[in-house]
Amino acid sequence: MINKIVKSTAEAVADIFDGAVVLISGFGEAGSPIELIHALIDHGAKDLTVVSNNTGSGHVGLAALIENKQVKKMICSFPRTANSTVFPDLYYKNEIELELVPQGTLAERIRAGGAGIPAFFTPSSVNTPLAEGKESRVIEGKTYVMEYAIKADFSLVKCNVADRYGNLTYNKTARNFGPIMCTAAKTTIVQTKKIVEPGEIDPEIVVTPGIFVTKVVEVTNPEAESKLVAEDRRYPCQ
Amino acid sequence: MPITEKKIGWDRNQMAQKAAFDIPDGSYVNLGIGMPELVSGFVPEGREVIYHTENGLLGMGQVPENGKEDPELINAGKKCITAIPGACFFHHADSFTMIRGSHIDICVLGAMQVSQEGDLANWSTGKPGAIPAVGGAMDLVAGVKTIFVITQHNTKNGDPKINEKCTYPLTGKGVVNRIYTNLAILDVTDNGLFVRELAPEVTFEYLQKNTGAKLNQY
Repeated sequence: MINKIVKSTAEAVADIFDGAVVLISGFGEAGSPIELIHALIDHGAKDLTVVSNNTGSGHVGLAALIENKQVKKMICSFPRTANSTVFPDLYYKNEIELELVPQGTLAERIRAGGAGIPAFFTPSSVNTPLAEGKESRVIEGKTYVMEYAIKADFSLVKCNVADRYGNLTYNKTARNFGPIMCTAAKTTIVQTKKIVEPGEIDPEIVVTPGIFVTKVVEVTNPEAESKLVAEDRRYPCQ
Repeated sequence: MPITEKKIGWDRNQMAQKAAFDIPDGSYVNLGIGMPELVSGFVPEGREVIYHTENGLLGMGQVPENGKEDPELINAGKKCITAIPGACFFHHADSFTMIRGSHIDICVLGAMQVSQEGDLANWSTGKPGAIPAVGGAMDLVAGVKTIFVITQHNTKNGDPKINEKCTYPLTGKGVVNRIYTNLAILDVTDNGLFVRELAPEVTFEYLQKNTGAKLNQY
């Protein structure tokens, strides 16, 4: 029998090792798997390379993981966000690395990683500092830069509804990087607001097919990052 | 070159209105963060325009009523928005397939600098120590069919933002098609910058004086 459901967020993240490459879903707070990230803080794996569009805000979620010195390097498109001070402070002190990637290139590198495509050529960033030192090629008269796929050890993803096979649906713009991140990691760990029986999700509307998912944990009432930030909450709680 | 004369030209809403007027019926449009967001409020009646936001929504609607905000329904600027009837959600790779694959018709972006050849700089001043952040700007200018820039004509110090060359790091080379400023609307052509429209009381000479590149008249 296939059953990808695990009982706790702690069990879900238990295998994450020091030095792992971890994809974390979300665009700002929408789709950010806060409870899985907090479980990773409790777990303590360090020297992580984290791939996520932003760097979190306040002192919870991704910002808290960074603040807890578990992240060696961030790969992202927009490291500045409103209420984002943790990453900038460490960056200014040279205590965290940054690889800045155009957002579409970031998405495509992850997609390619999941699709078994090692590299691709894109027009994005040609003639800019972000293309410097990278291989380029002229195809049909236009210059393109070569970008490598991103493949990860783990992905942490938030979805809306899941079944024990790992079939997933998402909520509105909280979908963002989730579906592609599910495909690009050796182990994909998903938190879902609701678990249903197989067949209850209409096969026509499954967004992430279960084959891409390793573990599913139910978090019925996930925290909203903006609310925690507004209340000046911290993780771990002090 | 500080501007000491009395303030003339269009205000932000009028600039947005000018850009909105040039968006044809049936267009798929991506609006950048800041002043570009004003454009959607001025599209002439009778035109149907579908707004794309790169975080995964086609059919972005107005700002929600107080108390009806959903933190999982946001735009690229991470502000709460609504979805129109007929909207659809999709993941990031699909969203940038729309952008990079030239399926989006028009993108309206802000600018730090624009060159006479349509080079755009809008993501970094290149100052050492500043944290670079690019978001989707480089993908938008690389893929969207038509790029409109909406910007003040001069910096707060009065320096021209439109020059022969950009001094800041580029977002894209030769990507801008039209520029809407508080003083004029300019077309970027193979033969240089052409003045499409002057704001009220703005003369060609005044505009040229406040621009760091040669302007041409149609």
